[in-house]
Amino acid sequence: MPLETVFAGIKLRNPTVLASGILGTNAEILIRTAKEGGAGAVTMKSIGPCEKDGYANPTILEWEHGLINAVGLPSPGYKNTEEELKQLEKSGIPLIASVYAHSIEEYAEIAGFAEKFKPAMIELNMSCPHSKGEGMPFGLDEETAGQVVKAVKKVSGKTPVMPKLTPQALNIASIASACERAGADAICAINTLGPGMLINPEVRKPVLANKFGGISGPAIKPVALRCVYQIYEAVKLPILGMGGISNGRDAIEFIQAGATTVGVGSAVYYRGIGVFKEVCDEMVQWMKKNNAKSLEEIRGVAHGH
Amino acid sequence: MTETPETATIKKISQETPSIRSFRLDFPMQAKPGQFAMLWLPGIDEKPFTLTAEGKECAVTVQEKGKFTKALFKLKEGDKIGIRGPYGNGFSTSRVKKACIVAGGCGAAPILLLAEELQKQGIKTAIINGARTEKECLFAERLRKTTHDLYITTDDGSLEEQGFVTAPLQRLLEKEKFDCVFGCGPEAMLKKVFELCEKYKVPCQLNLERYMRCATGICGSCVLGKWLVCKDGPVFNSKQLRETEEFGSKALLKCGKDVPIKEFAEWRQQ
Ligand SMILES: Cc1cc2nc3c(=O)[nH]c(=O)nc-3n(C[C@H](O)[C@H](O)[C@H](O)COP(=O)(O)O)c2cc1C
Repeated sequence: MPLETVFAGIKLRNPTVLASGILGTNAEILIRTAKEGGAGAVTMKSIGPCEKDGYANPTILEWEHGLINAVGLPSPGYKNTEEELKQLEKSGIPLIASVYAHSIEEYAEIAGFAEKFKPAMIELNMSCPHSKGEGMPFGLDEETAGQVVKAVKKVSGKTPVMPKLTPQALNIASIASACERAGADAICAINTLGPGMLINPEVRKPVLANKFGGISGPAIKPVALRCVYQIYEAVKLPILGMGGISNGRDAIEFIQAGATTVGVGSAVYYRGIGVFKEVCDEMVQWMKKNNAKSLEEIRGVAHGH
Repeated sequence: MTETPETATIKKISQETPSIRSFRLDFPMQAKPGQFAMLWLPGIDEKPFTLTAEGKECAVTVQEKGKFTKALFKLKEGDKIGIRGPYGNGFSTSRVKKACIVAGGCGAAPILLLAEELQKQGIKTAIINGARTEKECLFAERLRKTTHDLYITTDDGSLEEQGFVTAPLQRLLEKEKFDCVFGCGPEAMLKKVFELCEKYKVPCQLNLERYMRCATGICGSCVLGKWLVCKDGPVFNSKQLRETEEFGSKALLKCGKDVPIKEFAEWRQQ
């Protein structure tokens, strides 16, 4: 199969990955996204330290060129995710457990808990742009990002650790390098761009209850591609690239920028849960038409002269 | 089409029962029975409501209970409100020649458009409408206009038969053959309706509820097992319900915690 991919040592039947915060609220829908939807791996909604409701609605809206969301990292609290994690472990589906926290110690505490259920990987969300004091502050600074990775690596055993970076960082490549030095096994980029906002002119008010939210979907694809491109030049680690991937051709662009796997989030809105299978079919078609025998052959080819 | 709310003017407010009002909006929406819209009150919240009228204008029917509905009840005719939709799959009436509808409490809301649609298609329909008391019985008169076969139950016996909707349903299933039983109401009631339908081997379509955010099938807040209530539902058929352990037993709170359906129902009352 031309799409089989090894990512940080994990064998995947294809490189498409369900992005965190999309669908991933329970084990059943994650299993469905893999089995019926065709995703090579799935990421659960980021889990946090305690029970938290997130913001009032509207939290997620579609506008002309993408989505904007300020869900506010709702979480049942990591201890309440045990049943789901167990069920996913039993299913054998490659699961990326996503974690957010308020402190370096908390990242380690939650990652240590998740590790017990042998997920394929642990993702560290240090990049949520709309939640106060969680996520993004850790991804803006090389030293802090490195400390989070180091603390998590101490408790993560054999499970690969993948920080998820924000395009807000002044130099995303140097954050990635700091994570690599701290022992990260892969890099995920990018989280939503922003924050941005929508105003309803008739109501004369912002539409999101939180006013500001992260932007995703087609609008952010050029930024995401640039980030993946720069990270690829800075580190040797494999990259999970995402941000505005809606079809197979988009996915190929990310591979050419240097990604090993490709995340799909907002496109679930545009094309439904079957989007992963469709993106894979389109990738294979593109490869046939353009005489690419494997993804390996085209990975990073956009670099150099 | 973008999925951001547009503004609509409230044209008419009707008091349906002491705690339930209908709001007619000058906003066109072509919808199937069982589909819903998201209503937005800036600065307060956005919530899903089933449509009780569709076409050139639409309407929703709302029971006053939490913060959002209390704020909605303060609005007057002529006031504006945000709206987006319609969403969800709605009831399917294809291949149905003889139907039974079961509604409990506010569950009569999505049932109204369905009953009118079945009548328009000339489909013979029996309707069972349950309420706590006579005063809280929703849409009894409008439902009566759609069928000769209306059964009303009240918990306290203040109107027609005392007891739950399941008693007349069992009597009907015993003597008649329906192509489909349609239902909406509290999930504990719907679970019993489902079990009766399974026993009598009659397919059913039930309208369910979960806490919702995006309404467009991406955030996963409203999961029912592997289904998304906003997109795969809110109407589910017997086959889907058979595969879904969570039906009648568990639901996610706003934070995403999985709790027994009773705890969820109590939280929803706030
Ligand atoms: C509704 C929504 C919720 C999200 N929640 C999370 C989250 O909990 N954790 C996280 O790391 N990223 C979250 N994201 C970001 C996505 O995982 C992804 O990085 C981003 O949307 C870019 O990819 P896309 O353009 O394919 O959507 C969320 C995105 C959306 C649209």
